[in-house]
Formats: sequence, structure tokens, C-alpha cells
Amino acid sequence: MDQKGFRRGSFQSATSDEDMLEIAGASMDFSMADDDPPLDREMGGFSSYNGGGMNGTSAMMDFLEEPLPGVGTYEDFNTIDWVREKSRDRDRHREITNRSKESTWALLHSVSDAFSGWLLMLLIGLLAGSLAGLIDISAHWMTDLKEGVCLAGFWFNHEHCCWKSNTTFTDRDKCPEWKSWSQLILGHGEGAFAYILNYLMYVIWALMFSLLAVLLVKGFAPYACGSGIPEIKTILSGFIIRGYLGKWTLVIKTVTLVLAVSSGLSLGKEGPLVHVACCCGNILCHLFTKYRKNEAKRREVLSAAAAAGVSVAFGAPIGGVLFSLEEVSYYFPLKTLWRSFFAALVAAFTLRSINPFGNSRLVLFYVEFHMPWHLLELVPFILLGIFGGLWGAFFIRSNIAWCRRRKTTRLGKYPVLEVIVVTAITAILAFPNEYTRMSTSELISELFNDCGILDSSKLCEYVNDFNSTKGDDLPDRAAGPGVYTAMWQLALALIMKVFITIFTFGMKVPSGLFIPSMAVGAIAGRLLGVAVEQLAFYHHDWAIFSGWCSPGADCITPGLYAMVGAAACLGGVTRMTVSLVVIMFELTGGLEYIVPLMAAAMTSKWVADAIGREGIYDAHIRLNGYPFLEAKEEFSHKTRAMDVMRPRKSDPPLTVITQDTMTVEDVETIVTSTTYSGYPVVVSRASQRLVGFVLRRDLIISIENARKKQDGIVSTSIICFTDYCPPLPPSSPSVLKLRSILDLSPFTVTDETPMEIVVDIFRKLGLRQCLVTHNGKLLGIITKKDVLKHIAQMANQDPDSILFN
Amino acid sequence: APRMFTPSSRNSASPVLLLVLLGCVLCPPAQANKSSEDIRCKCICPPYRNVSGHIYNKNVSQKDCNCLHVVEPMPVPGNDVEAYCLLCECKYEERSTTTIKVIIIIYLSVVGALLLYMAFLVLVDPLIRKPDPYTQPLHNEEDSEDTHSLAAVPTLAGARANTVLERVEGAQQRWKRQVQEQRKTVFDRHKMLS
Repeated sequence: MDQKGFRRGSFQSATSDEDMLEIAGASMDFSMADDDPPLDREMGGFSSYNGGGMNGTSAMMDFLEEPLPGVGTYEDFNTIDWVREKSRDRDRHREITNRSKESTWALLHSVSDAFSGWLLMLLIGLLAGSLAGLIDISAHWMTDLKEGVCLAGFWFNHEHCCWKSNTTFTDRDKCPEWKSWSQLILGHGEGAFAYILNYLMYVIWALMFSLLAVLLVKGFAPYACGSGIPEIKTILSGFIIRGYLGKWTLVIKTVTLVLAVSSGLSLGKEGPLVHVACCCGNILCHLFTKYRKNEAKRREVLSAAAAAGVSVAFGAPIGGVLFSLEEVSYYFPLKTLWRSFFAALVAAFTLRSINPFGNSRLVLFYVEFHMPWHLLELVPFILLGIFGGLWGAFFIRSNIAWCRRRKTTRLGKYPVLEVIVVTAITAILAFPNEYTRMSTSELISELFNDCGILDSSKLCEYVNDFNSTKGDDLPDRAAGPGVYTAMWQLALALIMKVFITIFTFGMKVPSGLFIPSMAVGAIAGRLLGVAVEQLAFYHHDWAIFSGWCSPGADCITPGLYAMVGAAACLGGVTRMTVSLVVIMFELTGGLEYIVPLMAAAMTSKWVADAIGREGIYDAHIRLNGYPFLEAKEEFSHKTRAMDVMRPRKSDPPLTVITQDTMTVEDVETIVTSTTYSGYPVVVSRASQRLVGFVLRRDLIISIENARKKQDGIVSTSIICFTDYCPPLPPSSPSVLKLRSILDLSPFTVTDETPMEIVVDIFRKLGLRQCLVTHNGKLLGIITKKDVLKHIAQMANQDPDSILFN
Repeated sequence: APRMFTPSSRNSASPVLLLVLLGCVLCPPAQANKSSEDIRCKCICPPYRNVSGHIYNKNVSQKDCNCLHVVEPMPVPGNDVEAYCLLCECKYEERSTTTIKVIIIIYLSVVGALLLYMAFLVLVDPLIRKPDPYTQPLHNEEDSEDTHSLAAVPTLAGARANTVLERVEGAQQRWKRQVQEQRKTVFDRHKMLS
């Protein structure tokens, strides 16, 4: 890897202000900053030659020193150049610091520049928290709208409607102000006809909500569908998708997320909340020049915004930061860690002050029990982990197969119809079973709940023996008939959720995955927990139970099994490790449960990894062909750079531009006849000695601009990429100097470099392309797409599935 | 031409307005004065001996939120009160009805506005707009952005190009083109988000 660290001469430039963002740096005022650590030297993208004797005159000669608007930006669906962005930011920062000594105003400017990051985090937290509060409150209301309406004020949902009135102990849900649809229409709520009417209204509302959602998505912001996390992962690794984090996408995603969740579909809102928070981050970046113009800095902000998104979804700030670190971000410098935490905290605090759940909790299923567990219970916990891993692998395989079918066959041509059909099936199957009729968050909340004396739900209908009741501590009891009913209803709900989620995730409405997976795991966990509890009650004389579970003691907590099951299933699908455990333990608030959660999460990850390597988000990235270079996989083949570089032996030779012998017309021909995103510049065709690398977009913009604005530039003008252009006879047209758009330190490897090292370089530095030399002469080029294709080929996958440029 | 490459920050004013409106309106409810009907102390008491279970609600402050203040009339005689109260669970809850009302109304108005705009775009807009020869090259979007094909933003007359209406028209056209491009990518070519 050739490191060209140029020594920077000191220059006075005629135009100082505009040069702050110029990528060339030829006329910047540098002091001899040799105290940069060696690793940073290679980042000095565009420093000038050691210019002895070049003072202000060169600034006059070079007409194109001011950066043109458009130079340095990227096209849609392209990868950014991390090295260039980082060096531009460093240059800008250096400029501000140097000028801060000049005047008070400049000092204030530098101080405000330093604080702009924190101010931006504060704004992101506020906006993300407010939007999350809006989503929560609206989703709650609209979910209850399917069942009835509140006469005391139509904006109240069921719980808030009955807040003021006196409810009875056994019938906590009924109050006179809340009328179900059959009560409203028919006047009474009992009887078969009322049931059918309720059923019909439920299905009609569900269909209306989902139809509205898909029409809004299709009409206003097609990028608002799906989960968003695979695309955000790709964006954070350096890809550009214009409009994906825009204003319309934000508004439509917020609105349609509420509609999709309320329609009873088996989807959650955590993934889309990450997308919403990243949109907030991207939009607020436009207020600050530092982040608006620099794509690398913007991605730091987006990482922090993703942390804020998860934080408001789960009420877990630390879990959010770890999720952003583990799952979403590609480069996560330590500075981002502290800022992400700040953004997550502000978002959580904002959400708490909006108070969507009426009791200062952030999540609907916050649990507060602290019952101890016994070491022998690790066996069922590990069983739950195995179940979670198996279900995760099964879900990923089937969901990807279904999505591939949607992508390639005629099924994909009817998105609106697909949404309507899936909603109809879900609503029709969900209504009869009480556990699928309620919203999934409520279901999880009920399953996590530990039964106390105060609970009157069906799941807590145990046979009570009042003589042995001591205070609030209930012993293990025999299951009453309510529990048995609940068990088989839950089993049916489990089967339904397992299958319907496969068809729901990936539809053209915002859909998240966390809540359905947690629901599946919670149901499985609760079933196992109740089974173990009954086993311990009826067979307390068995050897495994007699040691620690005496009759009359409260040994088994089925709520804990539900929690562990939820963690196992979520881990099996997403392959999260640390962030999952932290989120779950922030949800429960108890350190006692870390060991069971870790045991289940680890087991499920191992089992799922044994069956299939990728988590759901990586599988979707691969399905869509995004150019995402996986940072966690090892490349272990013995190929070399010459095997991967282009041109291959049978291809025409590498398209190069010479440094001072080509005309404008020649360059335009090259640019229009090829589609490469950049061209190497060599000294001459004979010698093929490398000078630098120039990007297609910069070339086009500069040439267009020069033809319009500069005098004397015609098709036969010579383009000169060097400082000292060769003297020409006076009759020839004037020279077009494009020195400022040339990258003088492109990365090069020799052709014998092992591909392991090349892949490592691409990953660690975020390169777009790398030039290959042999004996000092330019031989070929390796782009990121070539690397991805090569990895896919080595893994026996289809290399043509890498779609994007 | 270089303007085309910067992300359009003016594709429509309404989302920005909505965000600002959201920000302004959400701030006051968060600090709204709690009206007396928005706080309560809820005590749930389970069945005890021959007394059935009951739920008691009362409007008291947080320090008074316990069984002795809230449960009245007390269903058990004096010496049993302590045992009964041990079983009861009292929670202090507060909510903000103004927040809920405001948020729901904001949400419904946003949905309503979007629906109206969609109806306008589908039904009314094609009738108003003259069939414009400049809008034909939409299928040329296959060309890469770096050729000049996108520079043909229709301006009806050069002299009037800078009035507010024309600018809004231009922004709306740009936005519609963007949405169409997105729609093609996601729904037709299935290149993303499948």
C-alpha cells in the first residue's frame, strides 16, 4: 500500500473563505504539521506538491480554484469516499482553528462549531422523542378504534375512557362510556348478531387502515415501506440513497406506521422507529454546515440517531447505543459513543415527559418483578434458546424465500392487493382468539406479567387456597380451568403468529420485526413456564424439585420464562448479542435475570448460526444486492489482487487519462463511451506511471463549467492535470487546468498482494477503488463492487446479484 | 445544471410546516397544568374472606395515595384493616388529556391533509395541467443523471420563471419526478426494499 505523504508547503491564497471546503487544498494555508501520527498521513488527500516559489501568482493562474457546486458530491446509488470526506473535515477543522486566533468573531465561530454536534444531538433527541410519543399515542387510539369508540371524547382509547369511572374488580374493562361497535349500532352487546357485527367492524377497520397505509406509501413516498434497518445499515456503510431519509419519507413513515400497527397486522414499530429517527437526524443535519456538506460526519450523526430510535422504542438508552454499535453502524468512533448516549437519553426523556402510557413508563411491557430463579431452571431456559434459534433460522429462510418470490414473480406486481389480502386473512383469523385480537404489545405485557392476587385475567386463574395465602406472595398453585383455556388459545396464537409474520414482514407498509418475534418467544416461554410450574406442583416429590421447591413456596415464575423466550426468539432472528441482553434487562430493571437471558441468547445464536450464517437484516441486504461489505466475516481464500482486478486478461486495456496530452474532446469521448465512476491519470501511455485518480462526476461538472464560463476552451483544448503545464505554441487554444479535481494520493497495492489484505483495506478504510501496480506501473483497478463479487463467488453465491454500482 | 445534484430542500413546504407545527404544539402539552381530573390514586383490593374484590379511585395527591386514605368506606372492621390494606395495591397515576387530544387531532388532520392532497393529485391535477410536451421525457429517467436530460425543467416563459407560483410549480414537478423514480425503483424494478 503506497503511502504518499506530501509535505505541505505554506501558501497564501487569494480566496480564503470558499477554500474551506475545497477538496484540492492547493491554495490552503497549512503550517508544517508533521506531528500528525503516521496513520493520518495517508489521509492527506489532496495536499499540494512541496511548492517552492509558488505564491500568490498561482492562485491567479488557476481559474478553477473555487469549488464548483457539485464537485465533491456524489451521485445517487454510489458509495462515498470515506478517506476524502474525513480529510475534508480535518482540513475544515484546521482552517477554523487557525483562523480562530485572528478575531473574536472567528473564535466564537470555532467554539460554536465545536458545540454544534451536541446541539444537533439535542435536537435529534427532542424530535425523535416527540415523534415516538405521537406514534405511541395514535397507535393506541387507533388500535382500540377497531373495537369501539369512547363517548366521553372520541380521542380516548379504551383504557383512558374508563379512567374516571368506577370499574369492578372482575370486569375491569367495562365502563359505560366505552361502547363497542355493536353496542353503538344495535344498542346491546350480547348475542350472536352482536358478535358478528363486532367481527365485521373489526375486519372493515383493519382493511381500511392497511389500504390507506399502502396507498399513502405508494403515492407519496415509496421508500417508506419495509423495516428500514437493512437500508440504513447500507447507508451507514457509505452508500448514498437519495430521498431515503428525506422529509416526505419521514412524514409518510410516521403516519403509515401508525396505520399499519393499528390494522392488526403482525408487525412491530421498532425497526421503522429507527428509520424515523435517522430521517430526523438527516433532516436536522441540514441546519449545520459542518454536517450538511460532509457525508462521513453525517453518518456519525445517523448512528447516534439510530441509537435514539431504539431508545424510544424500548425505553432502553444503553441498549439503543449498543444496538447502534452492534447492528446498524459500520464505523463507530468513540466520540460517537458519547454523543449517541446523549441523544438516546434526550429522546427517552422527551418521550417520558409526553407520557404516552400514563404511568411514566416508556414501554408498555415494563415488568417489575424480582423473583429469584434456581440454577436447575437453566435447562428449560436453554431449551427456549434452542427453540428461539430454530425458529429464527426457519423464519429467515422462509421470509427470504417469500420475498424473493415477491421480487421475481408476478406477485410483486400487485402490492396493494397483497396488503389487503394479508390484512384480511390476519383480521379474520385474529378476531376469534382473544390473544390475537389484542395488540401484540398488550399480549407481550400480559405474558410477562407475574400473576398476583390482583390479577383477574384468564391466564392467572389458578386454584386459590386462601388459607395458605401469606400477604402478596402466592405459592405455586394448580392451574384452574381458565389457565387450561388460555393455554390452548395461546398455542393456536403461536402457530398463527409463526406463519403469518413470514408473509407480513417485507410488505409495502412499514413493518418491524421485533415485536412479533418477541411475541412468538413470549408465548412459547409462557407455555413452557406454566408446564414446568404444574410439573413442580404436582410432582414436588421428584428428585429434581424436592431440593428447592417445597410445596407452598413460589418457585417458578412463568413470566420470567416468557421473557427469556422473547429474548431467545429475538436473538435467533436478528443475531443480536450484547444489545439484546441489555435491552431486555433494561426492560425488566433487574440484574438477577442477566444469566438466564444470556444463556438463552447465546444458545439461540449458536443454534441459529449453525443452520444459517446471516441474521435477517444481512439476509435482506444480500437479497436486495446492496453493496455492503460485511465487516464481521473473515475472508480466508488465497487469491491475490491480480485475480480480482479489472481489466482481466481478455478485456481491453485499462481506460486511463494522460496528465497533459489529452484534449477536451478526447476526455469527453472517454467519459461518454464508458460508465466507470473514475479514471486513473498517468504520466503517459507509454510509461503508465501513476499520477492520480479523477472521478467521473467531477470531470463532467468541471468540463461543462469550463465550456460555459471560461474563455477559449474548445474541444481541442488540452487538459492539464499538473501544476506546470507544458508550454504550447501561441496559436493553440488555452489550456484547461483540472489540477484541483485530481486526487493525488490514490491507494495502490501491488498485484501480488493477497486478497485478504485487500479486503481488509477496503473494510477498514472505506475505499471505493484501489489501483493495482506492477513494478511501479499501473496495471489495473479493483473497485468495491469487484471485491463484493469476488467474495460472493468464493462463497459460491451468485456474483451477479450485486446490483448497485 | 449543478443544482440538480444537491438534494432538493424545497420539494414541498408542507412537510416542513408540519414538523414545525408538531414541534410548537407538542411543547405546551408536555408542560400543561394538570387539571384535577387528570390525576388519580387507584387502589385494587382483592377478595378477602367474604368481601369481594373492589377497585377504588380517588383524586388525591401522591403522598396521600395509600389504602387508608383512598379505600372508603372500609369494608372490614377496624382490627382487620391492616391485614386488608396489606393485600391492596395502590398506584398513583397521572395523565394529560390535553396532550392526548392535541396529538390525536394533529394526527387526524395530517392524515386528512394527505388524503386530500392525494385526491387532488389524482383527480384534479390532470385536468388543470395542460398536456405538456416537456413532461414526456419522463421515461428517459433511465439515463444517468450526469447527462443533461434532467436540465429540462419546464418553464413556460423565461421572464416569469421566478415568481413564487412558478417556483412552487417547479418544486412540485421535481418532487413528482422524484416520487415517480422512487416508485419505479421499489415497485416496478424491485431494485430496493423487496
